[in-house]
Amino acid sequence: MDASDAQQHFDVIIVGAGHGGAQAAAALRQRGFAGTIAMIGEEPELPYERPPLSKEYLARDKPFERLLIRQPAFWTEKNVTMRLGERVEAVDPGARAIVLADGTPLGYGQLVWATGGHARRMTCDGADLVGLHSVRSRADVDRIMAELPSVTKVVVIGGGYIGLEAAAVLSKLGKAVTVLEAQDRVLARVAGPALSQFIEAEHRAHGVDVRLGVVVDCVLGEAHVTGVRLAGGEELAADLVIVGIGIVPAVQPLLAAGAEGVNGVAVDAECRTSLQDIFAIGDCALHANAYADDLPIRLESVQNATDMATTVAKVITGAAEPYDAVPWFWSNQYDIRLQTIGISAGHDAEVVRGDPATRSFSIVYLKQGRVVALDCLNATRDYVQGKALVVARATIAPEQLADHATPLKEMLAA
Amino acid sequence: MTAITVTTREGVEHELRPQDGISVMEAIRESGIDELLALCGGCCSCATCHVFVDRDPVGQLPPMSADEDDLLESSSSRTDRSRLSCQLPVSAALDGLRITIAPED
Ligand SMILES: Cc1cc2nc3c(=O)[nH]c(=O)nc-3n(C[C@H](O)[C@H](O)[C@H](O)COP(=O)(O)OP(=O)(O)OC[C@H]3O[C@@H](n4cnc5c(N)ncnc54)[C@H](O)[C@@H]3O)c2cc1C
Ligand code: FES
Repeated sequence: MDASDAQQHFDVIIVGAGHGGAQAAAALRQRGFAGTIAMIGEEPELPYERPPLSKEYLARDKPFERLLIRQPAFWTEKNVTMRLGERVEAVDPGARAIVLADGTPLGYGQLVWATGGHARRMTCDGADLVGLHSVRSRADVDRIMAELPSVTKVVVIGGGYIGLEAAAVLSKLGKAVTVLEAQDRVLARVAGPALSQFIEAEHRAHGVDVRLGVVVDCVLGEAHVTGVRLAGGEELAADLVIVGIGIVPAVQPLLAAGAEGVNGVAVDAECRTSLQDIFAIGDCALHANAYADDLPIRLESVQNATDMATTVAKVITGAAEPYDAVPWFWSNQYDIRLQTIGISAGHDAEVVRGDPATRSFSIVYLKQGRVVALDCLNATRDYVQGKALVVARATIAPEQLADHATPLKEMLAA
Repeated sequence: MTAITVTTREGVEHELRPQDGISVMEAIRESGIDELLALCGGCCSCATCHVFVDRDPVGQLPPMSADEDDLLESSSSRTDRSRLSCQLPVSAALDGLRITIAPED
C-alpha cells in the first residue's frame, strides 16, 4: 500500500467554509476545474452570508435558510466534498497534508486558506460570563436571540460597524442600548470624523446612549452578566453584553508551519503565501493593497474575500491575473444605507458633499489631493460615480467635490 | 404558484416556481443557476444581480427606485430592460415573467 492509499487526497483543499471558501470552490468549478475539491469548515453550517448576522438575521427579518450562499444541492452537484464541523489544526507543507482536530491527515495538491478570523475576546475580569457575546457566527447570534426575550438593557462594547449595527437592531427591538467606545469617536478605525459624528447623532436620536473615550474595567456578574464597570468606577447595568472589538485572524496553523505574516498571513498579488502551493484569501490575508499605497493590510469585507477567491481560482486554472480590485463595503443602520468605495485610512482631508441634515450626502476622502475613498450615506449615485474617481486617484479641488449640484462623473473628465 | 422563466448567459432556459416573499435574485440562486454573484445579498450595493426583463406580462414589476437606477448605471451592459433582481419581490403578480441574466461586468 502506498501513501496515497493510506491517506485521503484532494487536488484542492479549501480551509474555511465562509465567503471566500465558497467563492473559491464555485469559481473553480465555473472555470472548468475538474479535480477533486474538499472544503473544511469548523462551523456546522454550509457557507452562509455573514453580513446579515448583525442586520436582517438578528432583526428576524430573514431566516437562516435565506442566508445560504448556495443551496445544499449545489455543493453535491458541483462535487465539492464538505467536511463541516471539523477544524484544521496543523499544516505540513513538506508532506502536502493538513491535519484535522481528530488527527486525520488529508493530502492536498493545492491548499486555499480561507479561515477569516475569530472574534477578539475581552481579557478583563468577567469576560467569560454567560450573557456576553460576540457577533461573528450564526451560533453567536442564535445565542443572543435566545436570550433576548428576557433582556431589557444591553451594553455594546466597541463602536465599530458590527457593534453599531447590532445596537441599531436591538434598540429597534425596544432594548435600552449603551455603546461604549474607547476612542473619542465611533468608527475611528475605518472612517473620518464627519461620518463618525453623523452616525453618533443617529444612534443618539434613536435613544442609544453612545459613550466615547471610555475604558471598560471589567464585566460584572456572578454566573450571568449584570453589568459593566468603567475605568472611572461607574457601573452600567446590563443583562446582555455584546463585544465587537474586531477579529484575530485564524492563521495560527499556517504560521506554525512557517508561513510569513503577523496579524494575518502574508500573500503576494496572486494570493500565494510564502509556503509552496498554499494560498490565503479573505479576512486573514495580509496583502499589499493598491488602494492603500501598496501597504500590507487585511481587508474585512465580502468584496475582498470574493475577489481574492476568484484570483486564486484563476491562478489554479492557469489564467493568473493579479488581485487589483477596488474595495467596497456597505453597512445598514436604521434607515441609513452606508456604501463605501476605496480605503479612507491614511486620508489627510475630507470633503462633505451635500447636507447631512437631508440624510443623503457623501464624504470624499483625499490623500495629498487625490481621491482615495468615499463614504456615501443614502447616496448611491455618488457611490457608483465615485468609483471612477477612486480608480483614477483623481486630483479634484475640494471646492469642486463639495459642489453637490455637479455629478461626480462630470468632474473626472474635467 | 408563480412561474418565472430565466435564461442563463449560455442561453439555457430554466422555469422557476419560487415561493412568494423572496426576491427574484434569491429565487435564481435557489434554483441552482450559478451565474449571479449577488455579492451584497440584496442590499442594493453591488449590481452583481443584474438581469434583463424580456417579458413583464402585466406590467407588474415594482417601479425602479432611484438607488437601483443609480447602481445599474455602474453596469456597462445596461439597457432599458435592466433590473436588479434583488429588488424584485416574488409574488403572483410576476407569473409569466421572463428574464435573462445580464453579462458579467
Ligand atoms: C456581523 C458581521 C457583519 C458584517 N457585515 C459586513 C458588511 O455589511 N459588508 C461586508 O462587506 N462585510 C461585512 N462583514 C465582513 C464579512 O462577512 C467578512 O469579510 C467575510 O465573511 C470574510 O470572508 P472569509 O472567507 O475571509 O471568512 P469567513 O466568512 O469568516 O469564513 C471563515 C470560516 O473559516 C472557519 N475556520 C476558521 N479557522 C478554521 C480552521 N482552522 N479549520 C476549519 N475552519 C476554520 C471559520 O469558523 C469560518 O466559518 C461582516 C462580518 C460580520 C461578522
Ligand atoms: S445583490 Fe447586490 S445589488 Fe442585488
